[in-house]
Parts: sequence; C-alpha cells; structure tokens
Amino acid sequence: MNSHTYDYDYLDGNAAAGELSEIFGMDVTIAEAQCAHCSAIKRFAEAHLYMQAPGAVARCAVCEHILLRFVKARHRAFLDLRGMTCLILDTSRLQERNPGA
Amino acid sequence: MWRVGTVVALHDETATARTITLEVPDWPGHVAGQHVDVRLTASDGYSAVRSYSIASAPNAERRVELTVERLPNGEVSPYLTQELAVGDRLELRGPIGGWFVWRTQQTEPIQLIAGGSGIVPLMAMIRSRASTGSTAPFRLLYSVRESEAVFYRDHLQTLLDRDDKVNLTYAYTRVAPKDWPRPPGRIDAALIANTTWPSNLVPTCYVCGPTSFVESATGFLSACGNSPDKIRTERFGPTGDRK
Repeated sequence: MNSHTYDYDYLDGNAAAGELSEIFGMDVTIAEAQCAHCSAIKRFAEAHLYMQAPGAVARCAVCEHILLRFVKARHRAFLDLRGMTCLILDTSRLQERNPGA
Repeated sequence: MWRVGTVVALHDETATARTITLEVPDWPGHVAGQHVDVRLTASDGYSAVRSYSIASAPNAERRVELTVERLPNGEVSPYLTQELAVGDRLELRGPIGGWFVWRTQQTEPIQLIAGGSGIVPLMAMIRSRASTGSTAPFRLLYSVRESEAVFYRDHLQTLLDRDDKVNLTYAYTRVAPKDWPRPPGRIDAALIANTTWPSNLVPTCYVCGPTSFVESATGFLSACGNSPDKIRTERFGPTGDRK
C-alpha cells in the first residue's frame, strides 16, 4: 500500500473503535499498543487508520509500520495483530461499564 | 451492541449541517468527546455504518444530539441531513471511545482547536463544562470557512457572555467578516502562538478536524512547547465516508 504521511489519507484509531470495542468487549482507544517494528508504545487512538481497503489497517503513528489488520466478511471477523508485540488494555472501567455484572 | 434511537428534533446549524436529537431509552450515558456509530439498513439488507461525534452534554433525559455535515457525494449524510424526519428510528452503537474525552474532574486549562465540523465533540465538552458548573478555564480556537458555516453560534455566544473563563477565537479560512483583524487563511504558527494557552500552564489540548488540519495544528502546538502527551486528536475526512 502506498502510504506516506503527506497524503493525509488516514484517520485515527478512534474511527475503528466501534468495531474493535465490540470484539474486545471494552474500549480499545485508551489501550496502549507496542509496535513490533519500532517498539514505540502509543495509545491505540493515536494510530493512523487507513480505511480505503476492504477492511481497516492501523499503522504506528511513529514509524508507519502495520499494527493491526481487520476485515469483516459475512459472519466472520479476521484480526491480524502481528504488528504489535503487546496490547495493554485498561480493565479498570469494566466494572463501571457493567454495573449489574 | 446496537441500540435504537428515535428522532425527537431536527435543527439546521448551517445550509449543509443538521443537528439530530435522538431519544435512546437504554442509553447508558456518555462522556463529552465520545462518538457513536450509526447504521442504516436498506430493505434489501445492504447496510452502511458511519461514525458521528456526540454534540450534547451528558444528560438525564437519555437524549443524544449528533450534528451531521452533508458530504456532496456521501452515501449516508445526505439522507441524515435531508430526509430523516421526527419519529424516524436510527440504529446506534456506542458511546465509543475513552481517549478523546474531557471528564468533569479535570481542572487544568483546556485548549480546544476545531477545524470545521470538528467543533462537534468540542462543543460537547463546552456544554458538559457548563452543565456541571466546572470552572476549568477553556479556550476554543475555531477555524471555519466563513461565518455562515459556524455551528452553534448562538449557544456559544450565550455561554461566552455569562462566563469569562471560556474564551473563543474564530479564524476564517475563506471569507472573514468586515474589519476582522486577521485576513482569511489557514491556521498558522502565529495564530496558535497568540490565541492558545501558554505551554507553561500545561493545558490539555483537544484537536478535531480533517486530518491535514489536525496535523498542522498539532505541529504548531508542539512548536509552542506543548508536550505530545498533552495533545489529543480526532481526525475525520472523506476516507471516513466508507465507500
């Protein structure tokens, strides 16, 4: 994919948060993702998100390497996370989101 | 999880933007800055999903306001801004996002920078501040094409008139009102340096607009000494209108 920051053809991690939060069962925008290429740790909300493809591709805001690929087809979702060495999720708000649980 | 909201009011903000007020019976409440996904489904089963920022402050009435700008070749926004009627139902997913939010416990100076319809989530923050009686000092820099394109003009003016801890600077990109001190043009380093909080006050900055606008604004904020950790961004653009 031809991408460089001067094209401004990306959004940010917030734009994929609806789909991903449904899969993860929690907010992913505040999750910290470590890039497998440059090791930068940034909030997922800060990732550059490309949505021109059939799915969504999130790239590291520092080095532009792919962090995540996500495609939905019929009743299946394909999630490729190999571009992240770690995804650190904040579980502290799970209780307040599900007060009855 | 998709919820169903019923349209209870429609209000035109500009010639191309409309605020949709929805009543959502099972709305869990939201935080200023969050957005929702809206899903439209045609009779043949084809569906389209778009993200829209919430414009309203959290409230007890389970009401959610969205302001939608009509995109010339959009698939969803022309329907929402021209055909949707009071009583219609919309499917919503959300509220979404915990990063680009202002919480009422925050007391530090807040710098808001809006590019065009990027004002929407920032307006939710300003309204949330007002409705909770917060005294956090707010500054808003609102870059807009021309005065006819300003959203929420009257409400903003009302809030400004009664609270001197909220400050607003308009920056026009195409046409400025007569005798406006700054000629029309895109935001630049001098504008950011002169109208935003000094970085030594360590403001939290929220920037929302098209991607190119967000990139410029964050660059100028950084050049003024604001730490990247204190700058939160939300980008939107034509690529958000998924084709």
